[in-house]
Amino acid sequence: MTSVVTLERLLDARSVWRGQAVVAASAAQPTGHAELDASLPAGGWPDSALSEILVAAPGIGELRLLWPTLARLTAAGERVVLVGPPHVPYPQAWLAAGVDLRHLAIVQATGRDALWATEQCLRSGSCGAVLCWPNQADDRALRRLQVAAETGRTLAFAYRPLAEAANPSPAALRLVLDGRPAQLRVLKCRGGLAPARPLQTAAWS
Amino acid sequence: MLWACILLPQLAMDGVLRQRADAQAPLALLAGPPQRRVLQAVNPGARALGLKPGQTLSAAQALSHDFATADYDLTAIDRCQQLLAAWAYGFSAQVSLHYPRCLLLEVQSSLGLFGPWPRFEARLREELTALGFRHRITVAPNPAAARVLANAHDGLAVSDTQTLRQTLERLPVERLGLPREVATALARMGVRHLQQLLALPRDGLAKRFPAAVLDHLDTLLGLRPLALDFYRPPDVFDARIELNFEVESHQALLFPLRRLTGDLAAYLAGRDSGVQRFTLHLEHRNRADSEVPVGLLGAEREAGMLFELTRGRLEHLQLPAPVLAVRLLARELPPFTPEHRQLFDERPQQSLPWEQLRERLRARLGDEAVHGLGARADHRPEHAWTAQPTALPLPPCGPRPGWLLDEPLALREASLRILAGAERIESGWWDGGDVRRDYYLVETRSGQRGWAFRTVGGEGPLLLHGWFA
Repeated sequence: MTSVVTLERLLDARSVWRGQAVVAASAAQPTGHAELDASLPAGGWPDSALSEILVAAPGIGELRLLWPTLARLTAAGERVVLVGPPHVPYPQAWLAAGVDLRHLAIVQATGRDALWATEQCLRSGSCGAVLCWPNQADDRALRRLQVAAETGRTLAFAYRPLAEAANPSPAALRLVLDGRPAQLRVLKCRGGLAPARPLQTAAWS
Repeated sequence: MLWACILLPQLAMDGVLRQRADAQAPLALLAGPPQRRVLQAVNPGARALGLKPGQTLSAAQALSHDFATADYDLTAIDRCQQLLAAWAYGFSAQVSLHYPRCLLLEVQSSLGLFGPWPRFEARLREELTALGFRHRITVAPNPAAARVLANAHDGLAVSDTQTLRQTLERLPVERLGLPREVATALARMGVRHLQQLLALPRDGLAKRFPAAVLDHLDTLLGLRPLALDFYRPPDVFDARIELNFEVESHQALLFPLRRLTGDLAAYLAGRDSGVQRFTLHLEHRNRADSEVPVGLLGAEREAGMLFELTRGRLEHLQLPAPVLAVRLLARELPPFTPEHRQLFDERPQQSLPWEQLRERLRARLGDEAVHGLGARADHRPEHAWTAQPTALPLPPCGPRPGWLLDEPLALREASLRILAGAERIESGWWDGGDVRRDYYLVETRSGQRGWAFRTVGGEGPLLLHGWFA
């Protein structure tokens, strides 16, 4: 026998969870790009979490994507650490982007040492953001980074090749940067649906 | 003035036990010539086996074989005393090793900082226990009385002369620190307590006994000052732990290492200095020591951190031969300046400050692995950056790429689009690094933007020197 249950009663009893009730969190970590902020559920980078940036090739705006964030953090006196960068950062360009180099530290490490150093920096909680370029990072290594970022409440960014897009990842946010056409796609974002439409990166480059 | 006496009743045994991981294992200290080794001291484990001080080694071995032995080493005892004096120097400016196996501290002037006395005493006991020394602590208005009270009491604090006299008068004569024959003679005379002794006429005592006896009694009651030579801390920390077996793995070196770094931290706290550079010597049989140098960027003295850093360096070392002893030598002891902290930290959960994190990274990855980034006023790209942060005003320049390649790369792409250029960079004729190049902003077919150059007058493909990332 079926009984008729009114919708109001179910909702009042709080036995049904309403998906739409999620309030957009205030943007604690804006990306500095208005269009990108608007399309992300947190209104910016997911705080205390790992964000993954999948890059098709070098030189398509992967640093311009982060420079506003790094400029904001270093201006606030937070430390930014680059672990195992692939090339030498050209100081004049970073200064022109507004990054305060006094708060920038570079750790030269490769392979497992780089992952270890990234995890230490994230876990310490003394850095504002940690950028890393893991070569062969598997699911477990990324999960360690994600947990470390939560523990230290630090922004973590991992640059990885585009081929990794097919593999699952524990990162809270996964972005893809395409070279041609110059666009940015959101593969995954925690706390909301990924926007279906790609963003034109030409808007901020 | 108030004097604390810290009596270390088992200094020799504690000095040996603290270097061993298992303090409960039976252990006996041996003294005497090789033909007739005598047990000098035993620990509770050995006492349970029936061993007693004064037994010969052969008699002890007849009782049991399950005990370890070590030498009753006078120089080791002296080193322990020096370490403890260095530790006590952190609490008082007047520390004396006047009596053997005993520390004398002037505590009244320290009470303002560490007091009141019960709290101060609790802290002394806690730290002594952590260092691994059993102890008795007494306080009296003069050092000789404090030492004598420690013979019979533990934890007694007497602050005025009147109470001191009453307390001393109840002490038995053999506990007064008088020479043995004097104590025996007094006992035979029927004098049992100090009170009876003080009741005797002074002239009679002066006739019957050596002058030192009356002097000693006057010193006890504070009528005569006691001249003490005070401890002055050495300028170099040098400690050594001899291992009782040959060690071939890093793991077994960690316990003595923790002791050494703990001692170093105690010594540094006493001097109010830090350490920036020290060396760990691993001694081998028939070959030179292996040295592990540890260098820090700033002066530090936190025991746990020193241990972690040394451990990091040690684990990178291949042991060439078994290790017999470990020695820690620190010569440069700069003053320690504590780091400034904000009362309201923006990251209250911050567990590890950046300075310690940086040391940890350097310990594992190498000294040069962690650096900063700075700009130099030079137009040549390869000279435009340094590993030190700088704050120079920079000359204006054209657009520069975010990434600079270490080595220029030949671009052999047909459909290269030149977006801007050429920018001529010509510099360095004075220092031998002469550069004459025309730089172009190029775009590849896949949308990458690069910074490429061709030497002026040169031929061939463009050389890629950076990415506008």
